[in-house]
Amino acid sequence: METPLTQHISFDRPCYNLRDYEKNGGYQALRKALSLSPESITNTVQASDLKGRGGAGFNTGMKWSFVPMNGHYPVKYLIANADEMEPGTFKDRMLMEGNPHQLIEGMIVSAFAIQANISYIFLRWAYKKAGRLLTHAIEEAYAAGYLGKNILGTGYNLEMYLHTGVGRYICGEETALLNALEGKRATPRAKPPFPQVSGLFGKPTIVNNVETLCNIPHIINNGPDWFKSLGKGNDAGTKIYGVSGRVKRPGLWELPMGVSMRELIEDCAGGMANGYGFRGALPGGASTDFLVEEHLDINLDYKSVAAAGSRLGTGTMIILDDHTCPVGFVHNLEHFFAQESCGWCTPCREGLPWTEKILLSIERGEGRPEDLQLLETHTRLLGPGNTFCALAPGAMEPLQSALKYFREDFEKHIDQKKCPWR
Amino acid sequence: MIAQETLTPEEMAEIDHEIALVPMRRAAAIEALKIVQHHRGWISDDSLQAIAGYLEISPEELDSVATFYNLVFRRPVGRNIILLCDSISCYVMGYEKIYGQIRDRLGISFGQTTPDGRFTLLPNACLGTCDHAPALMINNELFRDLTEENLDEILDRYH
Repeated sequence: METPLTQHISFDRPCYNLRDYEKNGGYQALRKALSLSPESITNTVQASDLKGRGGAGFNTGMKWSFVPMNGHYPVKYLIANADEMEPGTFKDRMLMEGNPHQLIEGMIVSAFAIQANISYIFLRWAYKKAGRLLTHAIEEAYAAGYLGKNILGTGYNLEMYLHTGVGRYICGEETALLNALEGKRATPRAKPPFPQVSGLFGKPTIVNNVETLCNIPHIINNGPDWFKSLGKGNDAGTKIYGVSGRVKRPGLWELPMGVSMRELIEDCAGGMANGYGFRGALPGGASTDFLVEEHLDINLDYKSVAAAGSRLGTGTMIILDDHTCPVGFVHNLEHFFAQESCGWCTPCREGLPWTEKILLSIERGEGRPEDLQLLETHTRLLGPGNTFCALAPGAMEPLQSALKYFREDFEKHIDQKKCPWR
Repeated sequence: MIAQETLTPEEMAEIDHEIALVPMRRAAAIEALKIVQHHRGWISDDSLQAIAGYLEISPEELDSVATFYNLVFRRPVGRNIILLCDSISCYVMGYEKIYGQIRDRLGISFGQTTPDGRFTLLPNACLGTCDHAPALMINNELFRDLTEENLDEILDRYH
């Protein structure tokens, strides 16, 4: 089984410096890419069917293809979204701490494909080690002539800056991220115009997730057919999957896209920890719908997870065990979303704190039978189409599925006027 | 109102470095807040006015940015800042017990500072180390796989 993203990652030794990375084939994809036309790189990436690994799952090459290439835009930007803040998600940290040059090479190739001359890594504040390693790796790349003016004698110029955020979940939304980079409140922007045409400082901009960008050098080196062959079912490539919660071996694994949920939980994570039973899982971070026992054999690709009523999201799974109260679990999630709402649009700003308060009162044994109806109304009012960005609809996903799969647990709280787990 | 404080030459030099990287002065707002907080520990009203003046924006506009972000401190903080992850994986793995132990040990809840100024305790959204939950950060250091046993030893390292 091929594991291109993690083949050079080992936490038993320091991560590769530039020389080690080069010795293991590093920056060969960049050399190759610089000999190709930017459009052909975009076409290759589009043909590979690489989909955005940050959660939305949009075809990466297609996203790039919307950037104007007619020479009328002297300033364009390429941004790595390294603001990993989706609760339960920890994959980009591993990629950056494990092999910073892989991300940098992926960024240079991607920037060349859209002919951007300025690039940023938008890194979350908490990732101190990744920040140190990336700073050093960027310096090495400049010194080796992979960044700066006239890269490898081709006439192509690219600057790269590391920007460290000051903490807010909404910065992961790509247009909010752009506002944060402009020194403003990180509220999302209206689309259209899309960032590909009018992004950072009004210039054409591509924002891609760290894992997405790390795939680029391998696609350039090995071609789109190779990349497609890595996937098991509906989707191309490998994926960094993760499991956290009460399992025997929580962790991260690079696996063929489309591995089954059972394989991930039982084979990789070793199954449930002793004494704990499985009740459900959020397959791709806090803003995805619960999957339960009946879904264990579905494949974890975009289409199959959607068919089961959820989203692959970030591919990092959070397990709900039978010793954890589902109402308390969902309350914790909604507390997070209410706190992290940027406050721009009314349904999100008002609806999320209301949702959180209802859940807290149910958890404390103060819930009323009509509260479940009220929560269901919220899942519709805060759902897709009613809010400015995807934060509130995402927040409703675990709630609506909890009301469906764990309804008895909610009712028990209301009937018994207490949390049965406490 | 005229600012009672001014920026130090060192702070101004660091902010100038950031301004040079962006197309307009105001775009360096977050970097400037980070720089001044790094030097002074927090952003007082006077510091805010001084930065706003330097960036040529209104203090109100800068305050709307400063208060938006979780890690810009508009109140004084202790010498050491504990950021305890309270997100979902840490919830499942028992962060509430760790919180209870910190409260008992230091006598402070979320948002409070010990009377001797040694610690400020804040909740923090997912620290991205969910396979080693529960977790917290103190200043720039990450601590994972917290237990009631190792927590005391970790706190003892900070004065």
